[in-house]
Amino acid sequence: MVRYWQEERECASREWMSEWQSQQLRETVQRVYENVAPYRKRMEEAGIRPEDIRGIEDLHRLPFTCKQDLRDYYPYEMFAVPMEEVVRIHASSGTTGKQIVVGYTRNDLNIWADTCARALVSAGADNKDFMHVSYGYGLFTGGLGLHGGAEKLGMTTIPVSTGNSKRQLTIMKDFGSTVICCTPSYALHLGETLKDMGIPKEELRVKAGLFGAEPWTEEMRREIEAELGLKAYDIYGLTEIIGPGVAFECECQSGMHINEDHFIPEIIDPESGEVLPLGSSGELVFTCITKEAFPLIRYRTRDIATLDASPCACGRKLIKMKKPQGRSDDMLIIRGVNVFPSQIESVLLSLGYTAPYYQLVVERINNTDQLEIQVELNEEHYSDTIKSLQKITRTIAEAVQSTLGISAKIRVMEARSLPRAEGKAVHVIDKRKLV
Amino acid sequence: MFIKQLSIFVENSPGRMISIIRILEENHIDIRALSLSDTSDFGILRLIVSSPEHACEALRAKGSTVRITEVLGIGITDQPGGLGQAVQLLSEQNINIEYMYAFTSPYNNNAYVILRVEENEAAAAVLQAGGVELLTPEDVYAMGKK
Repeated sequence: MVRYWQEERECASREWMSEWQSQQLRETVQRVYENVAPYRKRMEEAGIRPEDIRGIEDLHRLPFTCKQDLRDYYPYEMFAVPMEEVVRIHASSGTTGKQIVVGYTRNDLNIWADTCARALVSAGADNKDFMHVSYGYGLFTGGLGLHGGAEKLGMTTIPVSTGNSKRQLTIMKDFGSTVICCTPSYALHLGETLKDMGIPKEELRVKAGLFGAEPWTEEMRREIEAELGLKAYDIYGLTEIIGPGVAFECECQSGMHINEDHFIPEIIDPESGEVLPLGSSGELVFTCITKEAFPLIRYRTRDIATLDASPCACGRKLIKMKKPQGRSDDMLIIRGVNVFPSQIESVLLSLGYTAPYYQLVVERINNTDQLEIQVELNEEHYSDTIKSLQKITRTIAEAVQSTLGISAKIRVMEARSLPRAEGKAVHVIDKRKLV
Repeated sequence: MFIKQLSIFVENSPGRMISIIRILEENHIDIRALSLSDTSDFGILRLIVSSPEHACEALRAKGSTVRITEVLGIGITDQPGGLGQAVQLLSEQNINIEYMYAFTSPYNNNAYVILRVEENEAAAAVLQAGGVELLTPEDVYAMGKK
């Protein structure tokens, strides 16, 4: 069994890594300065020339990039290559319904496949394995990202995509899937469905699973492992950086190794923007140093995490990150979908039935995230008939579904009953205990 | 000609109903008739009371979500066929009944029915033409004092 996908990179010495990162950073900064107007403008404003960035020691001098920038320069203004070199587009939801668009050159797809193949090999997979991809295919990066990695590794790749749990399990059983990837809550749901179908888990051949795209706990890991009879690995990524494969767990499961030969991590104070000493908890920032089409510089992920440079028994020298412990903004991840309260607010406002007060209650019921949107109606909409009230809740639910891609239960509350906060309103009650 | 009904939106939670009833009590408001429709999340309490405007203000002042809806009241003989005649008349004219509820008065043998339809004027005309007794608001509000 192979232990590493790219040993020369994954186990490279710190000296090599610093040298490589510095060289790649210099080239990337030069390239975005020349090809991406927003970066050039921002560097000029900060009084920085590309040659001022001599290596990773100067990384902190570069301005940050935020999600808002990706919206402002939607769809292609942040791309660093001509569109004829872009062979793939992916997208993820933004805060106001506007999507974040990212692009890949052929070489970028190759890098992405490598980063995912590293994660798969590290979970014990090789080319004799059958890869069951239950992440969504489409604009979401989960499905096609791991698909690319699995194919590159030479696995027999089964692009099942999401939904229809019974069919998923029949395929797993009949096709002999040995490795699965999906969101952790979906894995738990599959475990329950397996029980409902009366299939003993021993009839499945699945031995490992890579789970990510939403927060999950050690308890969930144990439950998934018990119900599906596999070893569960964490995988981390975000569309803006590349998708899944930014970081991955090895068999030691003591944090996720960051593919830092492609993505340089930093931890900053989310308030001041200052880089924090190694080991501190703060906002995770990534700089892409090998991507061609969409190389983000110092991208603020809003994920709160810590870095760990201690040696790992697996032999990899790639720095590790702890599972993110929260967010520095109010983004929620509901069934793997990124949701900002402001998105829901704008749906509510656009429909006009509701008062400007609302509350989001997120719970995990039967291992599935449930979102309840509590609203107050404008006085004239508190009808005396149930029919008209239910018509309103249905209309809101449909609008939320079509705008955000998630189903939500709409609960009408009495007028003037939701909390009125002074200053910044607290809109979210997250009852999930995930960290 | 139309009767003012209070429609109170009530969240499904223990104690909600008693707090509404207490407000009416404190304001010396008599309930003539009531009906409660419920879903898993909320209910709508519909009330015919002795002084709807006063009740509405009192409830609103205490934070209740209340509105006034105009409904029809009819008197029917309390015997088989009495209700059927009225409903038949509306049905023949394609007038949809949203909801209805009934009450009786201790002072005579009549039964009374509150009807919520989409078009009050049309329904009233049809019923009157068919010889159905329409209640005046004054009749209903003062009913307990006879």
